[in-house]
Amino acid sequence: MDHPVIELTDLTKKYGSFTAVDNLTLSVGKGEIFGLLGPNGAGKSTTILMMLGLTEPTSGVIRVCGINPVTNPVDVKRKVGYLPEDVGFYDDYTGFENLMYTARLNSIPESEARERVTTMLERVGLSDQKSKRTGKYSRGMRQRLGLADVLVKDPEVIILDEPTLGIDPRGVMEFLELIEKLAREEKNTVLLSSHHLHQIQAVCDRVGIFVGGRLIAEGDLNTLSRKLFSNEPLVVEAGVSLPEDTGPAAGTLDRLKEKLSEMKGIVSVASTGNVLRIGCSEDVTGDIAGTIMRSGSGLTSLSRKEYGLDDIYNRYFEGYEKNV
Amino acid sequence: MKKMYSNQEGMAGERAIHPFRAMVNKEISDYVRSWRFLILLVLVFLTCLGSVSVSIANIDEAVKANATGDSFVFLRLFTASDGTLPSFFVFISFLGPLLGLIMGFDAINAEENRGTLSRILSQPVHRDYVINAKFTAAIIVLTVMMFSLGFLVMGAGLIATGIPPTADEFLRIVFFIIIGILYISFWLNLSIFFSVKFRQPATSALAGIATWLFLTVFYSILVSLIAKAAQPSANASAGQVAAYQELVMNLFRVLPGQLFSDATTTVLVPTVRSLGPLTVEKIYGTIPGSLPLGQSLLIVWPQITGLVAATVICFVLSYVSFMKREVRSR
Repeated sequence: MDHPVIELTDLTKKYGSFTAVDNLTLSVGKGEIFGLLGPNGAGKSTTILMMLGLTEPTSGVIRVCGINPVTNPVDVKRKVGYLPEDVGFYDDYTGFENLMYTARLNSIPESEARERVTTMLERVGLSDQKSKRTGKYSRGMRQRLGLADVLVKDPEVIILDEPTLGIDPRGVMEFLELIEKLAREEKNTVLLSSHHLHQIQAVCDRVGIFVGGRLIAEGDLNTLSRKLFSNEPLVVEAGVSLPEDTGPAAGTLDRLKEKLSEMKGIVSVASTGNVLRIGCSEDVTGDIAGTIMRSGSGLTSLSRKEYGLDDIYNRYFEGYEKNV
Repeated sequence: MKKMYSNQEGMAGERAIHPFRAMVNKEISDYVRSWRFLILLVLVFLTCLGSVSVSIANIDEAVKANATGDSFVFLRLFTASDGTLPSFFVFISFLGPLLGLIMGFDAINAEENRGTLSRILSQPVHRDYVINAKFTAAIIVLTVMMFSLGFLVMGAGLIATGIPPTADEFLRIVFFIIIGILYISFWLNLSIFFSVKFRQPATSALAGIATWLFLTVFYSILVSLIAKAAQPSANASAGQVAAYQELVMNLFRVLPGQLFSDATTTVLVPTVRSLGPLTVEKIYGTIPGSLPLGQSLLIVWPQITGLVAATVICFVLSYVSFMKREVRSR
């Protein structure tokens, strides 16, 4: 990340006595898909508006593609495509006409614009709907048209604010795949804001968790889970069947537990009935299996449980709530 | 793909139109295609047709009664009436505000409610383009409409009377139309201001209509109350009476409607020499007759300035409050 595309330093935005964004420092590198994750009202939209120069920060410095949006909003907006939450189109115009208008606002010559709009509509799968008025579009179609609208100007950075709000689950998956595909193809930098963990998890390289105007954690999923569950980011659950003829069952289990806890990379071992819950600091699933087999016990099941964004998010969120 | 489209700094190609022009073009086509504008256009057209046909019916008498020449027959098309229907310029002073209000009342808030404003503002355009484009487009549409209406009336008069207008008359009509556009643009800007201030189009429309009603109906009632209270006694000096009259006139001149009707009367009726009270000393020695166009314009110069100032004030107010507001998506 030698040349961050988006760079926010000590960004603060206050509305009267209310602090919407509090000392935010964040940088997003080129070609990255960054997820801004946070509950409603966390200040995600405000941050995005400030990046586009649509509202002024109270203090702090913003650089988008090296440009300050407070002083040069038009230059920034030339390079940044922004899909607002609940995007609106001119209902009396067709999808094609709406995109043509955007192209004109971006000073794209008419014939080039026509070609580009047609391509974009094709890529988001709206070619057969392009001469339909946008007033008759469904929610999912509008979002896809919004994505095409963002891409028409060929942006370096794409900012999507809650792009999947109000789309049905299948539509969401399709939409996210589309975003990822298009972004990777064109090597765009993407900033995706959402309060849906799973959607962010599905497409983002890196995640920032944003609560109450503060970025409380940042990094890729592994980093986040390592930071949070620093001693045991991994849990392996192993079901064992104990051989009954070699003495009391409890003794075998205890010996096994003892052996396991002596192993390198294992932090804790607990058992519930015949299921062992082994907390590890690194991935030693194979060694665990071997140890169990060698001990003479049968292995009935073995599953590795990684902490998902859900756990991370909930834990951070809980922690934050308690602190406040 | 990236190289093909060079929408960078230098503006691609020669054929790309400036974004501001693209916005104005879109606004104009929106106005022209909208139902409400068409309805209003038909309304204005019909009333003007009615008033002109009445004045054409009366013009014979005007010509006969004033056969000595210098009667400005053509201008009577715009001012003559037999009492059944008001004349053309009275219609404009009545329908003009309505036209302006209807064109502007949802200029900004409708875009905001549709969620298009935040999308447009995220394009590489300056924020004031939005409000400037709305204003420019509305003025262009108004100008075209007013001139075609004025010329239609002239054409109808030409066919009906067979008398061509003199150059002086033609210019007077052109100035009348320009003053009309100024007047309507005052209302247009007022309603744009309300559309910035109020989130709901219905509220801003109502605010516009309320202002219009207040200025046309209630304000004159208020002024007459003040006038009654300030009336000098029966044995007051001439100076006191003049000062009193001046006060009442000035109170009325706050109204854009009053400014408009003062200005148009003077421009369309060349015999009007002054808009204030005339003393005997002032008229002593004058030759009865009409004023040249330049002199008529000199008389109404303050009125025109006042109208322009009111329009500009409204525009500045809406501009400032639009630039300062934070635009969020729906």
